[in-house]
Amino acid sequence: MTEARKVLILHGGLLLLLFVLQFVLPAYHHGNLARIMVLASFAMAYNIMFGYTGLLSLGHALFFAAGMYGMALTMKHLAFTPAPALLAGLAAGLVVSAVIGALALRTAGVAFMIVTLMFAQAGYLAVLYFGDWTRGDEGFVIQQAERVLWGLDLSDPTWRYFAAFTLFSACLLISLALVRRPFGRTLIAIRENEERARMLGYDVFAMKLGAVVISGTMAAAAGASYGLLFGYAGASFASVQYSIFPLLWVLLGGAGTVIGPFLGTLFMFYLIDLSSGITTAYMLIAGVVLVLLTLFAPQGLAGEVRRRVWRWLP
Amino acid sequence: MTLLSTRGLSKHFAGLRAVEAVDFDLPEGEVRALIGPNGAGKTTFVGMLCGRIAPSEGRVTFDGRDITGLPAHRRIGLGMAYTFQITSIFTGLPVRENVALAARRAGQGGDAVERALGRVGLADRIDQEAGDLSYGHQRLLEIAMGLVQAPRLLILDEPAQGLADSEIADFKALIRDLAGEATVLLIEHNMNVVMELADRVTVLNFGAVLAEGTPQEIHENPAVQAAYLGTG
Repeated sequence: MTEARKVLILHGGLLLLLFVLQFVLPAYHHGNLARIMVLASFAMAYNIMFGYTGLLSLGHALFFAAGMYGMALTMKHLAFTPAPALLAGLAAGLVVSAVIGALALRTAGVAFMIVTLMFAQAGYLAVLYFGDWTRGDEGFVIQQAERVLWGLDLSDPTWRYFAAFTLFSACLLISLALVRRPFGRTLIAIRENEERARMLGYDVFAMKLGAVVISGTMAAAAGASYGLLFGYAGASFASVQYSIFPLLWVLLGGAGTVIGPFLGTLFMFYLIDLSSGITTAYMLIAGVVLVLLTLFAPQGLAGEVRRRVWRWLP
Repeated sequence: MTLLSTRGLSKHFAGLRAVEAVDFDLPEGEVRALIGPNGAGKTTFVGMLCGRIAPSEGRVTFDGRDITGLPAHRRIGLGMAYTFQITSIFTGLPVRENVALAARRAGQGGDAVERALGRVGLADRIDQEAGDLSYGHQRLLEIAMGLVQAPRLLILDEPAQGLADSEIADFKALIRDLAGEATVLLIEHNMNVVMELADRVTVLNFGAVLAEGTPQEIHENPAVQAAYLGTG
């Protein structure tokens, strides 16, 4: 069997499984999985920059929040309907990531981490500062009546699941197409050896900026969808926590694998969910499991699978 | 016709004159060796040619065009290829992908990758991970990455360093074979390689051109001998 075929079967199989699961899952897990798929889309966005291009950003909450507020504020203040509001969220993510990328990419390594962190903090503070419009920490609810996209009520669990699945599929297929194309392979080359890539004639800055914009826009798509599907926009989504989460999910699932971000998000979500059923000190259990995983599977779940059995995993 | 030339090219690092007012002309089709004692400024000079280091003063002209202000990747796009002194390959990627990355940017399709690897004798290692190759093979892979670009000017920074004698013989045959297609600028310490391959030799010392001529002339030049052996 050729590699392309194996890749198709694995990722197509995952999508098929997720599609079918909505008909069999109990309501509680059904709702969880919808949330996980949106958050995994955020993680996949992060993975394009961190896993494939080798750019460690500590400010992805800014892109997630740009999408969320681009969507929610236009609905609240300009009375946009969901479809144009989603587009506004995407556009906000595109613009913010292009500007931040052009500035932050003048630095590298630790300085890049700090610069992205600072910009994200500035974004978070801006949300609080403009509290008259954003309602700051408290946030605001997007009413059920407004969350109707093309006649589909997105507050209804079935449609919500389906919308999350659509977003997830799009992000997965984009990631997959990206890393199999010359552009994505050049990003990998930049991750592996930036100076060599430059001396092969690649415009490294432009390609890294491309990666930041794709990643930022995808993160914004996840943020906008999250707000729309779950009916709420608040400053906590712009906080540093939401910059750390995608890093954790990607590290756990396997940086630089297409399927890793989903596995990491799923794993972390249920780890916290299950351990909080056992004890109130659930973060202790989660912490111990994370330590064990980084000790014994430093490349993450999918990374470990690739290292041991499936060398072809993209 | 002159493919590459510099006028008054200088690089000063906080008062240290690494390269000082170098005028250099490289005719198309020539194999030129650049030699000099350690610290003579060879790598700095070449760094300014291919855009890795910005000059303090002077101009670089390639194919009749002033490229002094062009970033490195644009110069590569004009037909320069550069191999690093310290092996620089994509160790985490397969040999094939290493060469393919070089080929794609240079617009070389078809079986260019296989041919380039065949020329350096690595065809049977095409699916190995580059990091698993021996040091000598990694050097050859780097040369293949230069070859596959079908460059007009191939700059090789100490390509024979660390190669075994048998590999050096193969390398010399490869460069002789290449001499008809590309202009080659070779920075090399191994005098045996320089004497056999170079049409002409430029000697740098303390950042300035000390002598230029055929290998035989350079061999007999008393100033060059003094620079290498010391005058004390």
